[in-house]
Amino acid sequence: MTEIETDTKPDTEKAHKTSNNAHEPSQARIALRRFARHKVAVAGLVVLAALTVGCFGASLLAPYPHNAQDLLLGAAPPSGAHLLGTDELGRDYLSGVMYAGQVSLAIGLGVGVLSTALGTLLGAVAGYFGGWVDEVLMRVTDLFLIVPAIALLALAIQGLGSSPPTIVLVLAGIGWTSIARVVRAQVLSLREKEYIDAARVLGVPTRRILWRHLLPNLTGVIVVNVSLAVAASVILESTLSFLGFGVQPPRSSWGTMLSQASGMVGTSHSYLLYAPGLAILATVLAVNFVGDGLRDALDPQGRQ
Amino acid sequence: MTTAATNNSGGPAASAIPTGGAGPADTPLLAVRDLTVRYRSEAGPVTAVTGLSFDVAAGETLGIVGESGSGKSAASMAIMGLLPAGTEVTGSIRLRGEELLTLSDTQMRDVRGRRIAIVFQDALSALNPMMTVGAQLAEAVAVHHRDRGRVELHERAAELLDLVGIPDPRARLDQYPHEYSGGMRQRALIAMSIANDPEILIADEPTTALDVTVQAQVLEVIERVQDRTDTAVVLITHDLGVVAGLADRVLVLYSGTKLEDGPVDDLFHAPAHPYTEGLLAALPRVDRKTARLVPIPGQPPSPRDRPVGCPFGPRCVHVLPGVCDVPDLPMTRVSPGHDSACARVLELMGAAR
Amino acid sequence: MLTFLARRLATSVPVVIIASFLLFWAVRATFDPLAKLRQSHDPTALPRETARLGLNRPVPVQYLRWMKAFVTGDWGTSTRTGGSVSTMIGSALGTTAQLVVWGVLFAAVLALAVGLYSASRQYSVGDYGFTALSYLGIAMPAFWVGLILIQALAIWPQQQFGMADPPLYFIGLHSPGSHGVNVDYLRHLVLPVLTMTVGLVAGWSRFSRAALVESLGSDYVRTARAKGVPRRRILIRHALRNSFAPFVTVVAMDAALLVGGLVVTEQIYSIPGMGRLFLDSMMAGDVFTLVPWMLVIALAMILFNLLADAAYALLDPRVNLR
Repeated sequence: MTEIETDTKPDTEKAHKTSNNAHEPSQARIALRRFARHKVAVAGLVVLAALTVGCFGASLLAPYPHNAQDLLLGAAPPSGAHLLGTDELGRDYLSGVMYAGQVSLAIGLGVGVLSTALGTLLGAVAGYFGGWVDEVLMRVTDLFLIVPAIALLALAIQGLGSSPPTIVLVLAGIGWTSIARVVRAQVLSLREKEYIDAARVLGVPTRRILWRHLLPNLTGVIVVNVSLAVAASVILESTLSFLGFGVQPPRSSWGTMLSQASGMVGTSHSYLLYAPGLAILATVLAVNFVGDGLRDALDPQGRQ
Repeated sequence: MTTAATNNSGGPAASAIPTGGAGPADTPLLAVRDLTVRYRSEAGPVTAVTGLSFDVAAGETLGIVGESGSGKSAASMAIMGLLPAGTEVTGSIRLRGEELLTLSDTQMRDVRGRRIAIVFQDALSALNPMMTVGAQLAEAVAVHHRDRGRVELHERAAELLDLVGIPDPRARLDQYPHEYSGGMRQRALIAMSIANDPEILIADEPTTALDVTVQAQVLEVIERVQDRTDTAVVLITHDLGVVAGLADRVLVLYSGTKLEDGPVDDLFHAPAHPYTEGLLAALPRVDRKTARLVPIPGQPPSPRDRPVGCPFGPRCVHVLPGVCDVPDLPMTRVSPGHDSACARVLELMGAAR
Repeated sequence: MLTFLARRLATSVPVVIIASFLLFWAVRATFDPLAKLRQSHDPTALPRETARLGLNRPVPVQYLRWMKAFVTGDWGTSTRTGGSVSTMIGSALGTTAQLVVWGVLFAAVLALAVGLYSASRQYSVGDYGFTALSYLGIAMPAFWVGLILIQALAIWPQQQFGMADPPLYFIGLHSPGSHGVNVDYLRHLVLPVLTMTVGLVAGWSRFSRAALVESLGSDYVRTARAKGVPRRRILIRHALRNSFAPFVTVVAMDAALLVGGLVVTEQIYSIPGMGRLFLDSMMAGDVFTLVPWMLVIALAMILFNLLADAAYALLDPRVNLR
């Protein structure tokens, strides 16, 4: 550990000299060690793992079965039997949050991965082919800039339906533009680099060149973008659900739970407001922290 | 480069120069003793300057020569009290006998810009892009002279621009740095530094970013300003040629350590350290027949990983185990006011003669 | 400067035309403008209205007809309220503008203050505290913030201290019968402004801190320090002044997003602005309000982005717009 640390630490004056030694352990391992040093990011990862296990293991871990009602009990504040209380149908709120988390987390992750993949692909295509392909794709991203996202999302979900897979598709369909711009810029600048020319002269096919050289340069941006997109999607999904355009009952997400709880503001059942919101907060915080850690760990300049 | 043209003319007569540290009755203007600068870094402290001592007399020009990483900028920032917080500075820096290292930041602020001023390299970034040159000049005066009025400040700013040879100074006051040429920006920066007639002017690589012809002009401005105001100049550079034309005395820094220190003519004609010799051999000159420039092989040591004894040892052709790699090598006086840190200097110079 | 603005406006015309056509088409594809009439018992009503509104023509033709009317100021009538769409949008814009102005002012001042504090005391406890708060602010959905604020700042004190009225109101911008800027207005304004600014302050304070820190580490600040300029003056005259242009740009661009992005805030606090108008029109499938709504928002976005560029040019002497 200590040996690697001194090697990867950039020396203010002679960074290039020390970086030669740093190639001995693999890049991935270096990144992993840098990430491990980032305490907040590790904490975020632990929280995220706990949330994932808690939500997707709900059928085993949840104190009550999915949607089990206790109409006689109705809405009851937190107690020993129901740690987070029950909702108006007498459903255990903790179990509800765990099951709803499956939908929220799946949508968040799905959008994060899909929008990043889509954006990377389209950005690479725009940068690689240039010309009218580039022009059209970039004008499309301009269009997305001037139309408010929430309106577009609401309209799309209204038109296409609100099943979770559709929501993922719609959110990804709007969320791909920022990473596409970054990837496009990277491809464009890479095309100008001498070593690409050199490889081309040697007869290496351009596709292969881009694949070999682009991917390492982009790993950091892509991974960080996934984390940003996941965080944004979790919030956006909950907002859409709150406004009535997201996940519809009886299926529930943290957003739908909050939407239902919003009617409880000012009543004695206002405790219902907190758990799903805190779950969103914890998820987004954890994802952002992990993203920060990844950014520092994967920064090719190795600063910080 | 200005080397060839100015080299032979040398500086003023060497006899007028007080000998460094030999303890004449008058206290020197600036006395640096055993200055050590340690930066804090993630991987532990990095020593930028080790045990540096030198004097600057009133009105003289001291050239400090060294490559990047030799600690020359760290030394000048230590004198200005501008090192980043947490940097460890030991030793002593005395201005007319007054210790600067123990001054509070507020007290030091009164010294900066008024008694000691500095001209940085890369004037484009050293000037505030959002303020007119006039406003920046006026600010330099105003912070030390609260009583001056607007008109007075404006007059003084125009006078300063005129002093450094900027034509039509009044019109130029209202322009922003980006509207100036590179050479004019450097002049403006010099004008700002001499705004309060400082006792010492530190010029930190003042010509590095400039064209050769502009370099010469800027150096001329420094010389002219010095003639007018009797300011002592500490000229920090990696370019021996610049030093040859301007300095009275030269101090050679390497890897944070002083290797040689002496009157400019002595140092150029009878270098007393293999490193200085190497630097001179790598310098294009018209007064020598050698057509080939000889680079010094190897790299300076990492500041984290300095050899014991002479820091130049690993690259030196004269290195002798048991002589050069012992700690705390003393300075050797080779001629009046000319010192060398080379452990074998007398032996080597004898052989050369 | 004026020619720059004119040229920029001209280049955005094609974008607006394409955007408006796509939106027109998307809205028509999503909603049936005559949904209400289909349940009508009058068999002649449907074909009559279809012909009157030109709905039997191809979509591009319908679009051209609509665009011609839109440009001449005839924005049609709402199927939801039966009122004039231009009047509805005008009044909603006015309401939203109040929120945007107050919110942006409040958030920008607060964010600059936090940024100044954090940048001048880097790595202090206070700096870390604000950093932590900004992470929280970014990670909370706005609607949840709103609900919690109502609970904590209006309902809880009312119940706790047995007040007749909550100290802060959370419905609309005025009590019935009250007009203008008065205490009643301010009591209505606090919660929505706080709700919309939590996220803004979080983001903007991060930005201003970063910009100030970068400026404080710059060569020109080192020069100023070498001149003997006092800390406070360096912070204000050099660092703040130099960070101001990028900060204003970010604020203007985010403010543009707010015009259409206040859906959540307006929904929670029942404020009849653009966001609320959008939701109501969506629920009612009011095609004739939705398309102009989106176009107005798009135009506002373009205008704000233009203003951001103009502001930057005014604040930074190096930028010369031609």
